[in-house]
Amino acid sequence: MRQDHLVAAGQLSRADVERVLDRAAEFDAALDAGDDLPARYPEKLLALCFYEPSTRTKMSFETAMKRLGGDVVDMGGVDASSVKKGESLADTVRVIEGYADGLVLRHPREGAAKMAAEFVDAPVVNAGDGAGHHPSQTLLDLYTIREAAGLDDLTIGIVGDLKYGRTVHSLATALTEFDTRMHFVSPESLRLPRSVRFDLHEAGAQVREHTQLDEVLPELDVLYVTRIQRERFPDEDEYRKVAGEFQIDAETLEAAREDLTVMHPLPRVDEIDPAIDDTDHANYFEQAHNGVPVRMALLDLLFANHE
Amino acid sequence: MSDHELRVSKIRDGTVLDHLPGGSALNVLAMLGIDGSEGTGVSVAMNVPSERLGTKDVVKVEERELSQAEVDVLSLIAPRATVNIVREYEVQEKKQAERPDTVVGVLACPNSSCITNAEEPVESRFDVLDDGVRCGYCEEIIREGIAAHLDVG
Ligand SMILES: [Zn+2]
Repeated sequence: MRQDHLVAAGQLSRADVERVLDRAAEFDAALDAGDDLPARYPEKLLALCFYEPSTRTKMSFETAMKRLGGDVVDMGGVDASSVKKGESLADTVRVIEGYADGLVLRHPREGAAKMAAEFVDAPVVNAGDGAGHHPSQTLLDLYTIREAAGLDDLTIGIVGDLKYGRTVHSLATALTEFDTRMHFVSPESLRLPRSVRFDLHEAGAQVREHTQLDEVLPELDVLYVTRIQRERFPDEDEYRKVAGEFQIDAETLEAAREDLTVMHPLPRVDEIDPAIDDTDHANYFEQAHNGVPVRMALLDLLFANHE
Repeated sequence: MSDHELRVSKIRDGTVLDHLPGGSALNVLAMLGIDGSEGTGVSVAMNVPSERLGTKDVVKVEERELSQAEVDVLSLIAPRATVNIVREYEVQEKKQAERPDTVVGVLACPNSSCITNAEEPVESRFDVLDDGVRCGYCEEIIREGIAAHLDVG
């Protein structure tokens, strides 16, 4: 990875991804073995700038940074009204750059991380910008997929809210670097946005879109499930009808291959029946666990690039 | 030169924009940031019959020579525009609009939650595609009705 910043998954070549994942595997093994990791960055501070709450992503960055021997400063909770009245994001990140050696940014507006990266020299990691991108999630998704099924000759189904699901946008973009067949399954109203379809088309990706999961389920190596949010629908009935279609339970998986890997960026509500948790299909807790070693690897490479 | 072009009289110094799509003249002026407040002459002929385009608009701007960059930006809404720079009543230079790779500060992003629509010190930036433009920040694509997204005023 030549860049100082990670703003979108589209920046990452196959070689970049492999470098991060290989490094993550080293950290993962060391963490599992309970090894004392050398403090690689005892002098470095990472600023956590979360303009939207995300306990999980924030904690995994915090843990990763501390495992690298560094520390974090946390901007704390920001509610939307104080952002409106407060200083610009451009000013805020320039001020914070004066305190910290890197910034992790979650922001409700698309393009926020891209803009922030134009205003500071310190590495910026996009931890989610509106319905845009979430590339560090993608790296841990890819890590999990590689462990479970490999990243080549892969048939992956991505189901749920594909329109607003930034994890989906980043994952789909990154998968174009690998030999994958992608099946997107969603209600018509929540299909992939035009800009993502454009990128997939430009990359020559093998892509098909569906409204029914059973059309593709038996072919899949990996099923990536995302949440369909109630507030995306005008009324409750409409939501119930659609959400029910994409709920995964033991009965759904009868048609699936035995080695199907089921993933979910979490938190889930009722997209995956807890009865699946104890089966070999379930990989979502593993996926969440992988957040720390993968983010360690990412931060390590960004800091190394920036030196 | 057809008789119709005589509807607008010759200018001494300035720029004549010809072969603009019929009805686009006001958008062209908006794109160039010309609203008449400059105090110099601006003549507009709209929906003039044209062999090449069916109907076309013609704009004459006095005492201002458009730069190639300005002409290029015009190509987004007037791809077949021809631009004549006039000095002392004579056409001294002809410019052809070429599609630029990016346009900065010209269009507003239609995505209301794009960072360029927040109160941030950042200009809009669009990459020009074969058949549209794409926001350099949120990546939204505009294919039809680009003129409707002109960031003017
Ligand atoms: Zn935008």
